Amino acid sequence: MRPLIIAIGLFSAWQAVVLLTEVPFFILPSPMLVAVAMIEHADRLLEDGLVTFVEILGGLFLGIILGTASALIIGLFRPARQWLMPVMVVSQAIPVFALAPILVLWIGYGIGSKIAMATLIIYFPVTAALFDGLRRTNTGYLDLARTMNASRWSVLRHVRIPAAMPSFASGVRVATAVAPIGAIVGEWVGASHGLGALMLHSSGRTQIDVMFAALLVLAFMAILLYFSVDWLLRRLLTWSPDSLPSNDKVGL
Amino acid sequence: MTMSPKQGDISIHIEQLTFDNMVLFNNLDFVMPEGQWTCLMGESGVGKSTLLRLVAGLVPEKTTTTITAADFGIEGEIAYMAQNDLLLPWLTVFENVVLGARLRGDAFSSERALDLLKQVNLLGSAHDLPATLSGGMRQRAALARTLMEDRPIVLMDEPFSALDTITRVRLQEFAAEMLRGRTVLLVTHDPLEAFRLADRIHVMSGRPAVLFEPIKPAGRPPRDMRDPELLAEQAKLLDQLANVKSAA
Repeated sequence: MRPLIIAIGLFSAWQAVVLLTEVPFFILPSPMLVAVAMIEHADRLLEDGLVTFVEILGGLFLGIILGTASALIIGLFRPARQWLMPVMVVSQAIPVFALAPILVLWIGYGIGSKIAMATLIIYFPVTAALFDGLRRTNTGYLDLARTMNASRWSVLRHVRIPAAMPSFASGVRVATAVAPIGAIVGEWVGASHGLGALMLHSSGRTQIDVMFAALLVLAFMAILLYFSVDWLLRRLLTWSPDSLPSNDKVGL
Repeated sequence: MTMSPKQGDISIHIEQLTFDNMVLFNNLDFVMPEGQWTCLMGESGVGKSTLLRLVAGLVPEKTTTTITAADFGIEGEIAYMAQNDLLLPWLTVFENVVLGARLRGDAFSSERALDLLKQVNLLGSAHDLPATLSGGMRQRAALARTLMEDRPIVLMDEPFSALDTITRVRLQEFAAEMLRGRTVLLVTHDPLEAFRLADRIHVMSGRPAVLFEPIKPAGRPPRDMRDPELLAEQAKLLDQLANVKSAA
């Protein structure tokens, strides 16, 4: 119920600003105009939305797989950690967006360069979160496992990886939140399909209502994706205190 | 302390153990007679838990330690119960009880696990997550896990300290019964607990730590707490602990 009220409130405020300031429609179209544009261009929005959605999901999938693999490697092998960790940290100094033109140059204007962009932006939060989780296993658990004569592999499988899951889940949440950024930036740099491309295209033709419609579709998609992932992670990690409804938490 | 250990006794000799340039143990000899309960007492931070961890093979990193021990081939014969219950929060109580077998990839008897859970009065919570249990229930689950390991040597670090009195007394009796005939090392702060359960009580004190000659309470554990003799002995032990503290 609350999200609905918030949404209605935001749209009312938007409408109020348009009415009170009499801002021209090519700067800020009213919600009504945008709604009309949404219906008129439903086909295009759906088509481009689908492209962007696939890019986001592809990036999420690859980013999480690669991030998980990297975290496991640096978490388990000390030399890997000593050599790769500094490289990874330094690599974060490069603004990922600056790589977008290069990715488009190498991989092309298609969906691949956007997936690569989203993957790049997701990779580090996932790696860092999982690695952190693996590193912070309760030493008591490890002691107990040792007195039980558990092998290294068994400790990893039954203790360290499960114990790292709440931390990994936080990483995946961040990844889900930033994945759309990667896809959209990729589209801005060069694409003929996708919501980012549609926004640039309609901006060039001063179809500002269409631009806003695309933005709304994107926002809706991103929010829906985030809450779905969050819901799924909570379902999977019912044992973790993070999975409690936020109202039950103390303070913030 | 010089005594020649018998076969089956666990004897540990610690050349030197240093923590942050502080000598914790220096030429310390410690013997746990086979099939008996040895209790370790002494003020906090004196090194009781460290000694227990050394016996458990959990040698702390970054220390200059030389451990030599006669008949120290006890790897795989130890069950360990820490102050903290160390229940894995993502496993149910039952799964936690059979954790050892799970970790080793061994087959285990579900009946035995359920029977132990019944004996610690947790059968109804077998399929609950540890987070839903009270502190006392969690500690009982940890005890069931320790017993499930079925090892000849059992090391327990203040296992009952977080429990309410009634639960504690009940669990002490249960543990004494279940672990009779095993070689047990129990670290405790509770003199009454020591007198109820131990065959030998060692007081540890000083830095580097030394062990006093063991006190050997008469009778068979678990002893009746209302026994006046036991209460008198307990008072003596309290005096000894207090003297150690004031001398230090």
